[in-house]
Amino acid sequence: MSSLQMIQEQFPQEILSTHSFRGDDTVIIKPENLRVIAQFLKETPDLDFNFLMDVTAVDYLQAGKKPRFEVVYHFYSLKGNHRLRVKVPVEEKTPEVDTLSDFWPSANWYEREIWDMFGIKFKGHPNLKRILMYEEFKGHPLRKDYPFDKRQPLVGPE
Amino acid sequence: MTTETRSMLLNVGPSHPAMHGVIRMIVELEGERIKGADVEIGYLHRAFEKMCETVMYAQCFPYTDRLNYVSPLINNVGFALAVEKLLGIDIPERAKYIRVIMSEISRVTDHLTCVGATAMELGAMTVFLYMIKARELLWELVEEITGARLTISYVRIGGVKADLTEGFQERAAKKIAETRKVLIETDDLLTRNRIFFDRMKGTGNISAQDAIAYGITGPFLRSTGVAYDVRKANPYLVYDRLDFEVPTGTTGDNLDRYFVRMEEMEQSLRIIEQCFEQIPPGEIQAELSAHVIPAAEMVDKAKMGQTERLLEEQVDLDPTLQGGTKKYHKDINAPERKVVLPPKEETYSNIESLMNHFKLVMYGHGIKPPVGEVYFPVEGANGELGFYIVSDGTDLPCRVRVHPPCFPIMAALPKCLIGDMMADVIPTFGSVNMIAGELDR
Repeated sequence: MSSLQMIQEQFPQEILSTHSFRGDDTVIIKPENLRVIAQFLKETPDLDFNFLMDVTAVDYLQAGKKPRFEVVYHFYSLKGNHRLRVKVPVEEKTPEVDTLSDFWPSANWYEREIWDMFGIKFKGHPNLKRILMYEEFKGHPLRKDYPFDKRQPLVGPE
Repeated sequence: MTTETRSMLLNVGPSHPAMHGVIRMIVELEGERIKGADVEIGYLHRAFEKMCETVMYAQCFPYTDRLNYVSPLINNVGFALAVEKLLGIDIPERAKYIRVIMSEISRVTDHLTCVGATAMELGAMTVFLYMIKARELLWELVEEITGARLTISYVRIGGVKADLTEGFQERAAKKIAETRKVLIETDDLLTRNRIFFDRMKGTGNISAQDAIAYGITGPFLRSTGVAYDVRKANPYLVYDRLDFEVPTGTTGDNLDRYFVRMEEMEQSLRIIEQCFEQIPPGEIQAELSAHVIPAAEMVDKAKMGQTERLLEEQVDLDPTLQGGTKKYHKDINAPERKVVLPPKEETYSNIESLMNHFKLVMYGHGIKPPVGEVYFPVEGANGELGFYIVSDGTDLPCRVRVHPPCFPIMAALPKCLIGDMMADVIPTFGSVNMIAGELDR
């Protein structure tokens, strides 16, 4: 049984949709179930997703998709050599998702980067501050409504 | 009498000779022992992901050159493979082999830089010079094929820019032999060197569990004994047909990472040699039987409508446009008109190809992958280099995300440092092989 089927069987209600475009197994889940499903992915022996390879987000403002944001997790299992993408839709009004940094320490910096670049908050994150930009930076540069040539005021010591 | 102990905060970087690249570490010291460490990154952020959203797919290649600037070819290959997966196209065999050859040359140059720089920081200046000499030899090979040393932009969606040059294989064989000599010399100078050994052994430790939990891949993970290599786990291009080993360490310290890198270089050289044996022909022969005319003359003729028998003429092209020449274009580029630019002779001499050319290079036209998303991992020099691309069906990517292999390693760096001495920061940071270009993007 593929990992996609296993998750579908375990969480029939919590999953919004699935697809395997170009062979990449993907599940789109409801945001409130993220931690339950993540724990299932990590702790089920047949799945055993011990790597959280990548966490990122996508802004669908121009594509007109609702809700506007999606947080994308890429999991990898060393033992089973399989991959899974989990996507969590995030509302523009309340851009907030649960953190996974206690399950996978790798999520810590990735979530900081998403906060920095997209302004999506992670509930329960131990140290949610900007990582690539500086604290005085205004706005979140990877949002589609942030112009790529926008200038920021110079900051420096008083 | 009681003595009071207080810990001291020490800033290392952002501009420090041992911090190759700009990065700041705030180290908390108790005497000389490290009690805590905080890593601050972002000093080289150039908005790679944002800029990729503003240009067409093919125009992203120059940006990818500047990710890991010690092995730019692997970035090129990774991005091209991700877009090809999105488009669902396959590329000719010869192009696959060329990509593997160029990736492996880059991997060797990357490891040479890393080991050489680490050794230099521990006082072994000679080793650094020897290894940079070997890197220079390999970069000459890269230069010969791509026309550039660092900002190569060599790979194209659907193939590569230029075929291997004539006699490349012999020259490469000579340089591989010289690189091997340097590796033996390095081994003689370092492996049983008391200073090097003592400073590398037992410092910068990380366990396999921690490395996996932090999402670390590449030589750093393999030094802990986990044999994860994308080339073996999810073979891409022709790696499944090549015989190579994945070296692993046992303890996950700096010395193991040195051994892993040294062995990986040898394996990469083996891969290059096997590729030369297996690569399907399509070699460039200097047989120009037809009449050779300058490119400008051909354009003039076409403009005046003298297109009769124009395609039979050989055009004298600038060497940087070699890959566009018709003769071997089909060997190194996919037969996809929607993706691959037509050969230059055809662009110059018939209207269909000219339109084809413009359809691919004009904003609003360009390559338009179907709506969807893909993630494609390749084995970069530092670990899994993944490109996640989201397409909304237009000619501009909706999102280009690169998973930089340095990033999780830097996140785990405090873990490696705590408990070590201040002086151990240097070998540990050296063996991370942090490349700020890909870390900060």
